[in-house]
Amino acid sequence: MAVSTAPKKLWFGMTTSERRNFFTGLTFISPWLLGFSLWTLYPLISSLRFSLTRYDLLRDPVFIGLRNYVEIFTEDPLFGTVTYNTLYYVGLSAPLGVASAFLLAILLNTEIRGRSAWRAIFFFPAIIPAFVTAMVWQFLLNVQYGAINGALQAIGLPIIPFIANPALAKPTLIMIHLWAQGNAMVIFLATLQDVPRSLYEAATVDGAGAWQKFKNITVPMCTPVILFNMVIALIYGFQNFTLPWLLTQGGPNSSTELYTLFLYRNAFEYLRMGKASALAWILFVVIVIFTIILFRTSERWVFYGSGDE
Amino acid sequence: MSVQATSTPQTVSATEQTLRKAPRWTIASVFGTILKYLLLTALAFSFLLPMFWMASSAVKDDAQVYTVPPVWFPNPAYPENFINAWATHDFNLYAFNTVFRYALPVTIGVTLSSAFVAYGFSRIQWKGRNIFFFVCLATMMVPFQVTMVPLFIIFKNFGWVNTFLPLVVPAFFGAPYFIFMLRQFFMGIPTELSDAARIDGANEFITMWRIILPLTKPALMVVALFTFMNTWNEYLGPLIYLRREEQYVLALGLESLRRTIASIANVALAYPYLMAVSTIITVPILIAFFLTQRTFIEGISLTGLKG
Repeated sequence: MAVSTAPKKLWFGMTTSERRNFFTGLTFISPWLLGFSLWTLYPLISSLRFSLTRYDLLRDPVFIGLRNYVEIFTEDPLFGTVTYNTLYYVGLSAPLGVASAFLLAILLNTEIRGRSAWRAIFFFPAIIPAFVTAMVWQFLLNVQYGAINGALQAIGLPIIPFIANPALAKPTLIMIHLWAQGNAMVIFLATLQDVPRSLYEAATVDGAGAWQKFKNITVPMCTPVILFNMVIALIYGFQNFTLPWLLTQGGPNSSTELYTLFLYRNAFEYLRMGKASALAWILFVVIVIFTIILFRTSERWVFYGSGDE
Repeated sequence: MSVQATSTPQTVSATEQTLRKAPRWTIASVFGTILKYLLLTALAFSFLLPMFWMASSAVKDDAQVYTVPPVWFPNPAYPENFINAWATHDFNLYAFNTVFRYALPVTIGVTLSSAFVAYGFSRIQWKGRNIFFFVCLATMMVPFQVTMVPLFIIFKNFGWVNTFLPLVVPAFFGAPYFIFMLRQFFMGIPTELSDAARIDGANEFITMWRIILPLTKPALMVVALFTFMNTWNEYLGPLIYLRREEQYVLALGLESLRRTIASIANVALAYPYLMAVSTIITVPILIAFFLTQRTFIEGISLTGLKG
């Protein structure tokens, strides 16, 4: 919309058309903007206030300044462990989860019989409610009655104490996470469908093999959605609570004590709402930083196609 | 791949010639196909295992649950567990609440509002758009624990506790996860389409409603399905705001069953009943997915301009 003569700047340094677009854009996002102010911004500020207090829900909050933050970083014995556990879990489960969802989607996007059934099967675990999942897996992984160890014993292999061994507990959580990647897989499936066939046909004419087509067409065309799933995996990975809480209760030996479990304990078991609010804010800042890093580095590998050149 | 045969040999294009020359079956491709099905079967087996365990435990009696080595096909089986477990609480009412007072309104709200907002973040170039979008994204990074208690206080002041309002109303203000997702999809549609519409005199709303939305039906179906599914399984929200038993949703009913069982020592058929209700709760979602996946996965191409 370039104008050859200098456009008249009317309002806040915007031209007429820029101003019109600004208000149009604002109109479209207004539902979100309103909801954000009501249910997010105001509670956020509230909890920031709480983080500067000592508050046990029974008595009124008492202002103590940055004391909570100092205690978290210098005095709390579990903070280091909890941070390590969480970084370990997110650092492995996010990329592995996205990669496995992508590969599954590619596998399911090929010419196979009964495709609908296969897709439903792989999607299924993602729709089981969290505490059903916990109940079922807890039993399955059990050393005595568990079906998995039962099968291992039947073929002569030693039993694996999945959630009883501190060294195995986190990998077990990651394994269950990989089992529930149906959401990401379905999103990838929808994306793969939208890669224009013409690109593949043109590649075939140019003599490209399957691997080359994958590397040069499929993957680049899917990069916006790969980024989406990576960001989501990161954000929700840091906030993962229900399954570890119900499955391992943070044990054994605090090996699966993730940040969110630690936060929950401080809030509802020790009734340290102020400290819990501080922990929540720290988590929030960490998630924001990681997301910014992910977005900044994404400019190099994400390709936003818009049809033809 | 649709390769059309043409009337005369001279008019067969180079593309079609190359494509027709490729042989259909090679040793490598047959081997690859077998390997593929083997892999799929092995994966499917491990994916289904826990759910099969859940369903098979549902028809066991207590002795069979705790048998070592584990019982996969209980004999005798007790299918009456399903009926008896469902009857322990008013699960029919919970199901009605879940669908008509919770999941359906939320699905409609989230899908419509998220698409509307995502359009503003993707198809219109306006100053400050990216900042607002990042703020929107940032809200996803806010752990629910941060806002949980202050939000409860807000809703208490509105007088909305003990109603479905705190659960349904926020749905009509867009969900950042789906705004993000739909924005990515909308951005993949060529700007030429919007330009053409603008030239034809359409304003942004008409462009969105008549052109962009129909093209992104697969993505909208995904949003609707995921939202429905998540609300069906949602537990913490209903736990906080639905206090009376006649408002319970299925997740609360299941938890109520679990608590009843846990509070009475040595209740017979505790685990099988839990598994039975869990199985019944998950079946509708599976069916819903199976029926709708064709629509959104094998949907229309988003680019709108097939090469």
